[in-house]
Amino acid sequence: MITIKNLHASIDGKEILKGLNLEVKPGEVHAIMGPNGAGKSTLASVLAGREEYEITEGTVDFDGKDLLDLKTEDRAREGLFLAFQYPIEIPGVSNINFLRAALNEIREYRGEEPISAKDFLILVREKSAIVELDPKLASRSVNEGFSGGEKKRNEIFQMAMLNPKLAILDETDSGLDIDALRIVANGVNKLKSKDNATIVITHYQRLLDYIIPDFVHVLYDGKIVKTGTKELALDLEERGYDWIKEEMSL
Amino acid sequence: MSEIINAPVFKKVELILKNEFEGVLSEELKTKSSSILDGIQMPTTRTEAWKYTRLGKINNKKFTVRKGDVSDISSFIITKDVYTLVFVNGFLNSTLSSGTLPEGIICQSINEANSDSTFTKYIGQNLRLEEEVFNSLNTLNSADGVFIHIGSKVILDKPLQILHILSETNTISNLRNLIVCEKNSEAKIIQGYFSENATDSFTNVVTEVFVEENAHLTIDKIQYENDSCYHVATEQVQQEKNSTFTINTVTLNGAIVRNNLNIEVVGQNCLTNLNGTYLLKGNQHVDNHTIVDHKAPNCESHELYKGVVNDQSTAVFNGKVFVRKDAQKINAFQSNANVLLSDESTVNSKPELEIYADDVKCSHGSTTGQLDEEAVFYLRARGLSEKSARKLMIGAFVNDVLKKIENEEVKTFIFEILHQRFDWELSN
Ligand SMILES: Nc1ncnc2c1ncn2[C@@H]1O[C@H](COP(=O)(O)OP(=O)(O)O)[C@@H](O)[C@H]1O
Ligand SMILES: [Mg+2]
Repeated sequence: MITIKNLHASIDGKEILKGLNLEVKPGEVHAIMGPNGAGKSTLASVLAGREEYEITEGTVDFDGKDLLDLKTEDRAREGLFLAFQYPIEIPGVSNINFLRAALNEIREYRGEEPISAKDFLILVREKSAIVELDPKLASRSVNEGFSGGEKKRNEIFQMAMLNPKLAILDETDSGLDIDALRIVANGVNKLKSKDNATIVITHYQRLLDYIIPDFVHVLYDGKIVKTGTKELALDLEERGYDWIKEEMSL
Repeated sequence: MSEIINAPVFKKVELILKNEFEGVLSEELKTKSSSILDGIQMPTTRTEAWKYTRLGKINNKKFTVRKGDVSDISSFIITKDVYTLVFVNGFLNSTLSSGTLPEGIICQSINEANSDSTFTKYIGQNLRLEEEVFNSLNTLNSADGVFIHIGSKVILDKPLQILHILSETNTISNLRNLIVCEKNSEAKIIQGYFSENATDSFTNVVTEVFVEENAHLTIDKIQYENDSCYHVATEQVQQEKNSTFTINTVTLNGAIVRNNLNIEVVGQNCLTNLNGTYLLKGNQHVDNHTIVDHKAPNCESHELYKGVVNDQSTAVFNGKVFVRKDAQKINAFQSNANVLLSDESTVNSKPELEIYADDVKCSHGSTTGQLDEEAVFYLRARGLSEKSARKLMIGAFVNDVLKKIENEEVKTFIFEILHQRFDWELSN
C-alpha cells in the first residue's frame, strides 16, 4: 500500500528524517515508537503533505502513485488520512459542514456523485456512534471548546467518515484516560479491514494492548532502527530506548 | 524690516458645482453651516480624525445636485412586503416606494415634516457642525430625506425599508434622515445604499437618531454603491434610559466609504450594539469611525467589527469608547479583527478607551493577520481543495458579524452579493 524508501526531510535546513524506510501492506497495522523528537510527527506531516518540510531524498509510493508529487488534498482523496497529534480548533467552521464538503470533493475526485443530505446524516449517526462522540459535538465548530479526549475522538470520527485506505494516527492515545483509550481503540479496530492499513504512532505500549500491531518499529534519530513484533513494544516499555542506542553504536 | 505673516489660506469647501435645489432645513441651521463652510478646509491626513483617509479624490471633483430616475429597483429590494421608501440621488421617489404604512408611525419625506413639532424639535439638535465639513455640507444643502417617528408604545412587527439609489455621473446626494423612537416603542429599520449607472458620485448622508426611554431600535445597513462612488455617512445617536440601539453596518463596495457612528448614551441601563463588516477588494478604502460616549452609569456596549481586505484595498477602524466620570458600572467591549488576503492590502486599526470612572469593565482588542494556515492545512488534509478551505475560513470569520443580523432576508441578500463578488458561499 505504501512504500517509503530512503526518505530524507529537513525543516529550516535541519535534517529530521535521515533515510527512512517502511513498507505497509493492506490489512496490516504498524506501530511506530520512539523517543521524543525522533521524527515521528515529522514523518506523519511529510506524508500528509505539510509544505514547510523539504524532501531532499527518497521516494514514497502510495498504491502506485508518487505520493510526494500530490497536493495535500489529493493525498486525502487518494485515501490517506492523518489523525493529528494536536488537532486544532477552527472557530466558526462547522465540523459537519466541512466534512460533508470534504466528502463530496473526495467523491468528485473519484468520479462519484455527491452524497445526499439524508445519506450523509445516516453516515454521521452511524460513525459518531463508533467513537461514542456526542452528535451535538459532531456538528459544532471544529474542535472548538472540545476537551483533549473529545478532540482525539473527533479525529477518529472524521477518519470513520472518510474511510481512508491508510490511516496514520499520531499519538492518538496521548491525553486519554483508560476509558477513552478503549473507545478510541475500539473505533479504530472496527474500521479495520483487509483492504486498509493503519500506522499507529505512539509513546506507550498500552495502546497496543487494544490495537494489536503486526509490526513494531523503532524510529530513532530520523530512521527506523529496529523492527519487530508486538513483543518489541513490551521490551521498549520495560527497558526504554537506551539499549537501542547501545545496540546501534555497536 | 517688515515681517511677512503667512495667514492660513482657507480654501472654501466648494464641492458642489451646480445646485438648483434649496436646502430644506431651517434658515438658522443653514446660515450656521454656510458660515462654517466659508471658513473651513477639507480635512487632510494631518487632521487626527482623517489620518488614514485621503479625501483628495473627492476634493478634486465637483458634484451636481440633481434628481435622477431609476427604472427598475427589483435588485435593490432587500426585504419584500414591507413599507419601503425609495430615494434617488437624495430625493424621495414616491412612484418607486411601496407598501402600507403600519399604524402609529410617521415615515415620510422631511419635506412634508417641516411643520411637525417632533421634527423641528429634534432635527439638528445633536449634530455637530463646527469643524465638520460633511455635516455642514449636508445641513446646508439637504433637500430631502426620511423622517421616521415611531409613536410611544408602538411595536413594529415588520421592518421599514429605506433604499437610496445613486445615479449619473458626479452626482451628490445630501440625504438627511431623522429617526425618533418614542418611549416603549420597538422598531427595525433596513437601509440600503445602492447605485445604478452612477460613476464618481457621492452620497453624503446624515442620520440623526433619538431612542427614547425603554425604546428599542435596530438598524441593518447595507452599503453597496459601485467602486467609483464615495460615501460619507454620519449617524448621530442619542439613547435615553433603558433603551437599546443596535446597528449592523455591512460595507460591500464603494471607492471611499467613511462611516461615523456617534453614540451618546445619556440614560442609565442602556444597551448599545455596534456590529460591522467590510469585505474589500480592488482599490477600495473603507473607514469606520465609531464613538460610544457613556455619560450615564449601568450601561453596556458591545462593538464587533470584522473585515476582509483583498488586492490593494485599505480598511481603517477607529473605535473610541468614552466612559465619563459619573458613568460607573459600565461594561464596554470593543473588538476589531481583520484578515489580509494580499500583500498589498492595508489595515489601520485603532481601538481607544478613555475612562474617567473607576468602577467599569472595559476591554478592547484588535487583530490583523492572514488566515490561519494551520487550519487551512487541516481542512486540506481532509480532502478539501485549498480554495474551498480558504473560502470556508473566510466565511466563518465574516459570519461572526453577519450572524448578529436577525433578519434572515437581509442575511440572504448579503450572502448573495458576497457570492457574486467573491464567490464565497456563506449560509446560516
Ligand atoms: N517546525 C519545526 N522547526 C524546526 N524544528 C522542528 C520543527 N518541527 C519539529 N522540529 C524538530 O524536529 C525533530 C522531530 O520532531 P517531531 O517529528 O515532532 O518528533 P516526535 O514526533 O518524534 O516527538 C525535533 O528535534 C523537533 O525539535
Ligand atoms: Mg510527535
